[in-house]
Amino acid sequence: MKFLAARRRQPVVALAMLLFALVAVGGLYAAAGTVRPAEAAGAASSETQVEMGKQLYLEGCSSCHSLQAQGSTAGPTLIGVGAAAVDFQVSTGRMPLAAPGVQSVAGPPKYNEEDTAALAAYVASLAPGPAIPSAEQVDFASADVAEGGVLFRVNCQQCHQAAGQGGALTQGKYAPSLMGATPTQMYEAMVTGPESMPVFSDATLPEEDKKAIMAYVDHLQNASDPGGLSLGRLGPVTEGLFLWTAVFGALIAVAVWIGIKAR
Amino acid sequence: MSTTNSAAANPIPASPIEAAGGGVATYVDQRVGSNKFLGRTLGKVFPDHWSFMLGEIALYSFLVVLLSGVYLTLFYKPSMVEVIYNGSYVPLKGIEMSEAYASTLDISFDVRGGLLIRQMHHWSALIFIAAIAVHMFRVFFTGAFRKPREFNWILGVGLATLALAAGFSGYSLPDDLLSGTGLQIARGIVQSIPIVGTWGAFLLFGSEFPGTDFISRLYGIHILLVPGLILALVSVHLMLVWTQKHTQFPGPGRTNNNVVGYPLMPVYMAKAGGFFFIVFGICTLIAGLVTINPIWLFGPYTPDQVSAGSQPDWYIGWLDGALRIMPNLESYLFGYTISWNILIPAVIMPGIVFTALAFYPFLEAWITGDKREHHLLDRPRNNPTRTGIGVMAITFYGLLWIGGGNDIIATSFNLTINSITWFLRIAVFVLPPIAFLVTKRICLALQRRDRDKLLHGYETGRVLRLPHGEFIEVHETINYKEMAVITSKSDIAPLPAPVKVDADGVANRKYWIQSLRAKLSNFFYADNISKPTAAEIEAAQHHLDHGAALEAPLHAYEDADEIRNAHGGVLHHPGMANTNAEQLAGRSDR
Repeated sequence: MKFLAARRRQPVVALAMLLFALVAVGGLYAAAGTVRPAEAAGAASSETQVEMGKQLYLEGCSSCHSLQAQGSTAGPTLIGVGAAAVDFQVSTGRMPLAAPGVQSVAGPPKYNEEDTAALAAYVASLAPGPAIPSAEQVDFASADVAEGGVLFRVNCQQCHQAAGQGGALTQGKYAPSLMGATPTQMYEAMVTGPESMPVFSDATLPEEDKKAIMAYVDHLQNASDPGGLSLGRLGPVTEGLFLWTAVFGALIAVAVWIGIKAR
Repeated sequence: MSTTNSAAANPIPASPIEAAGGGVATYVDQRVGSNKFLGRTLGKVFPDHWSFMLGEIALYSFLVVLLSGVYLTLFYKPSMVEVIYNGSYVPLKGIEMSEAYASTLDISFDVRGGLLIRQMHHWSALIFIAAIAVHMFRVFFTGAFRKPREFNWILGVGLATLALAAGFSGYSLPDDLLSGTGLQIARGIVQSIPIVGTWGAFLLFGSEFPGTDFISRLYGIHILLVPGLILALVSVHLMLVWTQKHTQFPGPGRTNNNVVGYPLMPVYMAKAGGFFFIVFGICTLIAGLVTINPIWLFGPYTPDQVSAGSQPDWYIGWLDGALRIMPNLESYLFGYTISWNILIPAVIMPGIVFTALAFYPFLEAWITGDKREHHLLDRPRNNPTRTGIGVMAITFYGLLWIGGGNDIIATSFNLTINSITWFLRIAVFVLPPIAFLVTKRICLALQRRDRDKLLHGYETGRVLRLPHGEFIEVHETINYKEMAVITSKSDIAPLPAPVKVDADGVANRKYWIQSLRAKLSNFFYADNISKPTAAEIEAAQHHLDHGAALEAPLHAYEDADEIRNAHGGVLHHPGMANTNAEQLAGRSDR
C-alpha cells in the first residue's frame, strides 16, 4: 500500500484512472447491450419480435425501402414480399445492400439469426406473403435425386449451369453459384424469385419437386469428382486453359529438355 | 547391321549377342532384303532442335488416342435407342436416355479402367490438336513451308482440319446435353448455307433434329473414316519429311545443301522412343488426375434443355466465339432467309481462314518471286512481314477464342457479357493489325541489332580511357556460332514496279497483276534491313581489331597483379573508411 500511496500524485495515475473508467463504462455498456436481444428472443413473443423488427427496419432498411416499407426510387416495396424474401436476402448477406450495382452480391450476413427473424416477422406483418419454410418443407431426405436432376436440368441449369456453378446473364447480372446455398435458401429463392430469377410457385413446382431439386443440388454440393481434379466443373473452357498452360507447359519443357541433352 | 560377309571377314570374334543379332538380321535379310534398306535408313541424319519435336507430340498423342479409342469401342454403343439407365451412378438411375449416353456412363462408372481410358482418350485428343497447332506455328514462323515443302504444308492443313473433325465427332458421341447442344449448333450452321443448307442438314441427320440416325453415322465417321484418313495423310506427311529431309536452323557448318545432326540409330531412336513414352506418360497422368468432360453432370441430351456455360472443346472455341460476337444480321431474299449472323462467322470466315492457310506458301512464293529450294530455316525476325502476319492471325484467333468463353470470363472476372462482346466486335478488327505492326517493328529492330552486332561486335561493358583522355567502350567480335546464325540471313529485293508501255510502245497486258505483285513484294521486303556486305564486315573487323589493340596493353597490365599493387592500384584498403570518417568528424566540429 505504501508503494501505491507514495505514487498517487504522479501524473501517470490520472491517465490510468481515466483508462480504467473508460474500460469499465464501455464493458458494462457492451454487456448490457448483448444481454438485451437475448432476453427479447427468450421472451419469444411474436408481438415484441415484430416490434423489434420494426426498430431494426427503421434503423437499417428504411433509407431505401422507405419508412412505411412501400419502397422508393432506391428500393422496391416490401409490402407482400413475405418473410421468405427477407430471410433469403438478409441471411445470404445480399441485404442490406453493400453498394449499388447491377445486382446485390451475396456475402457474410450482417444480421444475426434473431435480428433476421425479427426483420422477417416485421415485413410479414405488413401483408401476407411467402413464409419461411418449415423444417418439414425443406427435408429432402426422402426425395428422388434422379428426378431432381431432371427437374434441375429443365428449370435451373439454363442460368445456374449444369453443375450449379452459376452463369452469366445480360449486362453484368449473373445467376450465382449454388454451392453454398442451404435448402431453406433454395426454397426461399424458388418461392420469391430474387433478382432476375423467376418465381417457382407450388403451381409450377409442387413441394415434392422442390425437395427433389434440393436433393439434387445437395448431391452436387457434396459429390466428389470421380475423374479427379474438377477444374471448377466449368466445362471445356477451364479444360482448355489447363491444357494450354499445365499440360502443354510440361510437354514443351520435356521437348526442350530432350533437345538440350544432345548438345 | 553385320551381314554374313562382313561377319565372316571380320577377324575379331563377335560376342554371342552380336552373333545372334547378325544371325537374325541375315535370316530376315535373305527373305525380305531388309539390310540394304535398314542400313540406309538407320544412318539417316536428323537435325536437332526442341521445336522439331512438336510434330512428334502430335504423332504420339495420336497413337494414344488410337489405342485408348480401340478400348472404348469395346464398350460404347452408337445407338440412339432410348433405354432406362440402371447403372451405378445414382443421380441418373431410372432416367430415360439414349443407349449411347448410357454406355458412356457405363464406361465411366462400371467398366474397369473405363473412366481413365475415356479421360486419356479425351485429353490426348486435345493434346493432339494443340500439338498440331503449335507444330504449324513452328513451320510457319521459320518458313519451313517454302519450296520444296509446299505440299507437305497442305497435307498438314488437311491433317489439322481432319483433327478438328475427329475431335468434334468424338465430342458429340456420348450424346450428353453438352455435346448435343454443340450438334444442334452444327446443324444450324449447315442449315445457314444458302440453297443447299436444309438439304444438307437432312442428308446428315436423316430427319428433323436430333432424329435417330446421327450418332451411328457419326460413329462411323469418328472411328473409321476420319482416323483412316488421318493415318493415310500422316504416312504421306512423314514420307515426305523423310525424302525431302528435315529442315535445319542456321548455324556453323549448316548450309542449304547438308543436314547437320545425329543419325536415327541410335540417337533419334532413343530420343523419339523416350519422348513417346513421356508423352504417353503425361497423357496417362493427366487422365488419372484431372477430370475432363464429366458427362454425368450434364445429363442426357434432350432438345428442350440447355445449360449455362455450354462450350465446345478448345479447338472449336474460336468458331463459337465468332458466332457469339456476330451482330444479328439477317436478310430475306427471293423468299429465302439468309442468316448472315451464322453464315459469316461459321461458314465464310473459317472458309477464308483455312483457304488462306493452305495457299499461303504459294502466295508468298508468288509475291516474292522466290523459286529457290530452302532447307535452311528462316529466323522469324528475318521475314518480318510473314512473322507479323502469323502473329496477326494468332491475335485474331485468340480474340475469337475469348469470345467463345465470354460467359465464363464474365462471371469469373465480374465483367458484363455485353461489354466483352462489344469489346471483341471492335477488337477483332483493330488489334490484329496493331499486332502485325508491333511484331514487324520488333522483327526489324532485331534485324538492326543483328546488323549492329556484325558491324560493331558486342558491347563488352569495359570502358577504356585512352592516353589522350578519350573514353571508349571496348567492343568484341561475336563468336563464330552467332556469326553463322546471323549471316545466314538471305536478303530478297522487292520486285521493281512494272512498265505500263515498253520502249517499243507495246502496252504491257499484265500490268495490273504485275503492279499488284510489285506492291505486295514491297510490302514484304521494302523495309528489310539488309545484311552487311562482306567488305563492310571486313572493314568493321578492322575497327574491332583496332579497339582490341588499344586495350591490349591494359590486359598485360591487369594480368600482372604484382605490378598493379606496386603502383598503388588498390583503391580500397582497410584504413580508408576510418580516414573518411575522421575527416568528416573533424569537419562537423569546426
